[in-house]
Amino acid sequence: MAGPRNISVSEASRPVLPRHAKLRYDETRKVWVILAPERVLAPDEIAVEVLQLCNGERNVGDVADQLAAKYAAPREAILADVIAMLQDLADKGFLTEIREKTS
Amino acid sequence: MSDVTIPPSDSLAVLEKQRSTAETFGIPLAVLLEITHRCPLQCPYCSNPVELDRSAKELTTDEWKKVLSELAEIGVLQVHFSGGEPTARKDLVELVKHASDTGLYTNLITSAVLLTREKLSDLADAGLCHVQISFQGIEEGLADRVAGYKGGHRKKLEVAKWTRELDLPLTVNAVMHRQNLHQLPDIIQMALDLDADRLEVANVQYYGWALKNRAALMPTVAQLDECTRLVEEARERLKGRLTIDYVVPDYYALRPKKCMGGWGRQFFNISPAGRVLPCHAAESITGLDFLSVRSNHSIAWIWQNSEAFNRYRGTGWMKEPCKSCEFREIDFGGCRCQAFALTGDAANTDPACALSPLHETIFKQAEAEAEGETSRFLYRNFAGGTLEPENDA
Repeated sequence: MAGPRNISVSEASRPVLPRHAKLRYDETRKVWVILAPERVLAPDEIAVEVLQLCNGERNVGDVADQLAAKYAAPREAILADVIAMLQDLADKGFLTEIREKTS
Repeated sequence: MSDVTIPPSDSLAVLEKQRSTAETFGIPLAVLLEITHRCPLQCPYCSNPVELDRSAKELTTDEWKKVLSELAEIGVLQVHFSGGEPTARKDLVELVKHASDTGLYTNLITSAVLLTREKLSDLADAGLCHVQISFQGIEEGLADRVAGYKGGHRKKLEVAKWTRELDLPLTVNAVMHRQNLHQLPDIIQMALDLDADRLEVANVQYYGWALKNRAALMPTVAQLDECTRLVEEARERLKGRLTIDYVVPDYYALRPKKCMGGWGRQFFNISPAGRVLPCHAAESITGLDFLSVRSNHSIAWIWQNSEAFNRYRGTGWMKEPCKSCEFREIDFGGCRCQAFALTGDAANTDPACALSPLHETIFKQAEAEAEGETSRFLYRNFAGGTLEPENDA
């Protein structure tokens, strides 16, 4: 079955794009896009960077660490921005997360 | 710090809505492929033209593959395999595979009644990204009657279940009209029970077959108000769980819809016989010459340069009251097919617009039909339609 939906993004979550949302570079328009059912989203540069880091192994905290180091910016502000962007994507139905098997 | 701030509303803009994309008449992001007009269902509001393409006219497998490659090459990102019933074509898996191989995102828009679990699994393996299944109601009595196909509803429920078992995202498409709008709360629940990601609540649009059946389908104003209220309530309640897209019937609106995002601006479809069309109803407008992919022109050339695509592009073709209207670049005068169907001239203002001299008449007529006694359908088929037996209605 597909990953869980209706997720609440936190520092510990390990988000990942679901099978039906594909991040792709559009050669014709020279932009990154997220292809989804009946939708084409245009993520901005930072959103693309965040999504490329969300590989199902890193958690949101790891992603914030990497971006904070790269941009020499305060981690707390980055973390809040990353969570807000990912939650927006989750609310649109285009984000799932990896959860530990409980059984 | 400002360079790493992520404003949630802008960082994930929906690409279609970007003004610049539309204004350059760039190649559309998504294209609808009506690969056949054959369909076992006979829905009285079918969006196919009344003059259906026979199977002998359909593009061959190789011709569709060439079309898919060409679409990917010119910058189309998504294709919708539709019909008719796309699974009526034996080469669907091969076409989906080819589309996936070229990098296209593939949707299947299906009635589901011809699918087996094995076929669906083959489609998933071929790279299919998303399945949309149409439903005619909530229980088989009404649903099978609307579709003119016994056992259809039960089969759809089964295929929806397989879809999720195969980990494919599911959209439930519910076409709404006077005879099923009372089932909307249950349809929303059905979409949840089927574990759908998305629900389309699509009120019937009255062209072609639906126009012939308008008296049996037109909702009352009260029904429509209730429908809108239910959709808004469900959207709030199910945020993040179920996306609901909503299409209203425009007869009761004051402003017309920006049909297809404007003629030849953001959308085209390809008919079973390969004609490139500004919308799936465009062939209802007589006097336009729609070029085919079998002509010696490329798809990009047809989109940019053909007479039919340029006829109603922009605002230069407009007459009053559109010509001097402040909304002319917002709604582009509404729907050309509806203008043609109701006024005989596609360049007239769509009568859905309150500024059309015909608006009042059309509105009153719709209201009267909605209150009327007619419930018999004219079923869609290759024979030009068959009237429902009186005692079934």
